[in-house]
Amino acid sequence: MQLVLQNISHRYGGTTVLEDISFTVDDGEIVCIVGPSGCGKSTLLRIAGGLEQPGAGAALISGAPPEGSLNPLTYIFQDFALLPWRTVEDNVSLVLEDHGIERRERRSIIADVLARTNLADFAKALPRQLSGGMRQRVAIARALAVKPAIMLMDEPLSALDSQTRELLMDDLIALWSRERFSACYVTHNLNEAVRLGRRIVVLSRRPGRIREVVEIDMPLTERAARLGELETLQRRVWEIMREEAREADREISDVA
Amino acid sequence: MSHETTVPETARADAVGTRDEATLRPVPFRGGGFVHRPLGPVAPIVFLAILALWEIGSRSGFISQIALPAPSEAFGALVDLATSGMLWKHVGASLYRLFVGWTLGSLLGIAVGLAVGLFSLARAGLLPLVSALFPVPKIALLPLFIIWFGIGEGSKVATILFGTFFPTVIATYAGVDNVDRNLIRMGQSFGLSWLSIVRKIIVPGAMPAILSGFRISASIAIVLLVAAEMIGAEFGIGAYILMAGALFALDQLIAGVALLSVLGLCISWLIGKAEKRLLSWRA
Ligand SMILES: Nc1ncnc2c1ncn2[C@@H]1O[C@H](COP(=O)(O)OP(=O)(O)OP(=O)(O)O)[C@@H](O)[C@H]1O
Ligand SMILES: [Mg+2]
Repeated sequence: MQLVLQNISHRYGGTTVLEDISFTVDDGEIVCIVGPSGCGKSTLLRIAGGLEQPGAGAALISGAPPEGSLNPLTYIFQDFALLPWRTVEDNVSLVLEDHGIERRERRSIIADVLARTNLADFAKALPRQLSGGMRQRVAIARALAVKPAIMLMDEPLSALDSQTRELLMDDLIALWSRERFSACYVTHNLNEAVRLGRRIVVLSRRPGRIREVVEIDMPLTERAARLGELETLQRRVWEIMREEAREADREISDVA
Repeated sequence: MSHETTVPETARADAVGTRDEATLRPVPFRGGGFVHRPLGPVAPIVFLAILALWEIGSRSGFISQIALPAPSEAFGALVDLATSGMLWKHVGASLYRLFVGWTLGSLLGIAVGLAVGLFSLARAGLLPLVSALFPVPKIALLPLFIIWFGIGEGSKVATILFGTFFPTVIATYAGVDNVDRNLIRMGQSFGLSWLSIVRKIIVPGAMPAILSGFRISASIAIVLLVAAEMIGAEFGIGAYILMAGALFALDQLIAGVALLSVLGLCISWLIGKAEKRLLSWRA
């Protein structure tokens, strides 16, 4: 399944947040979106997932979702968004309950996704008993449970410390190698962007426009071993962003 | 990252060497305090101590019998009441009114509170009404309720119902407003139905606020119960206290007040139990 964003513009009140954004997330492709703070990345992702209506343009999907996909466009949130009153397995169960799946099959889906995210031992734990990294793995398990075609990830690793982030990034890469999901991955962290992205969409400061799209041809699984080459790429993306980021920083401090 | 390995050996030795052994002392501890520890037996000890002092004061004549009867006399009055079989009649009548009034008031309050929290139209239409009626002392409306619902149980239950309704509405809608918007977004992003979002995300999220609203509405209910029973009732703790007051039977009056306190304690204990069960997910 493909996600096609067509000439998307959006404004909040008087301020234009996004201007004429167009790009496509192809089947099995991870597209990273980077850009200075406040340039509208989260807004763009909300529009892509149908949580917000764009002022102009359209978010489209093409192609049929894979067999058995319950929620083709599925989010992973920065703050995990787990229900604190439900255990790990019940948090996963939440997103299956509305689909009329019978209890036995639900159990087996839950057991399967928890096993795939190494959470089988924590099925009965409450979110507050888990570390940040484990909570995000629960959120990933929950997303996997609905068999998404396209994952929409809004800074999924930013709330984690750098070691945990590194581990979870490896998990994501392993997962992607197995399942080949497509993803739209918003991040602040250029290292994450070059490690995960097939393409990196660099947005300008507000109003967010596409500054440049950087293509990375290196296979995901090889990237951990070729950090040197990625380093140069990362520097290139940073060169593109630097002026924008500085200006954006100044804008925000003007407001404050 | 590489800092540690480049620190010269001598610098490290120096850092240790300059330590002044003579003035070496522990960092003063400044944390602690501002945290409550459960001290189980303290409450009963304070309670018993006050009772004992009171009893001693009465026996020794320091506290005049006319001003305040001894706790033992009040207890005697309570025993009399129990042996005459009237205790249950009074307590039962009060419990019935409290239960019916509070339950109906709370259920209606939660329903209206959810509506105000969820629907803009309900909020625009009902919230000003709630704000206008909340501060009206419901006991002032009792004569009106007597005309509407009769002198019997109806008017008393209605007083309690109205008294508990408004604080429950306010607690509930404030609780709904406080539910993390991100969780609702999450529910929408997974395609949950509106009803599922309300049932599985909004109601549990508002539960802490609803339960603390129960604490407030329960004490309001007890106050209104007594007031309503004082105005027109044959049986009930309020009626018993009023009768005792009219006869200047202070021992019975104290016994009645003690009954109310026990009632309040029981309700607060029950709500505490409910909080433990329903909110066990909180730390
Ligand atoms: N619901 C809203 N109403 C009004 N303005 C909003 C709303 N949501 C976002 N904005 C504004 O739109 C702009 C873009 O916000 P957005 O959260 O999309 O940026 P972002 O790129 O995700 O920022 P960050 O990198 O800090 O996460 C910001 O200036 C923000 O203040
Ligand atoms: Mg954002």
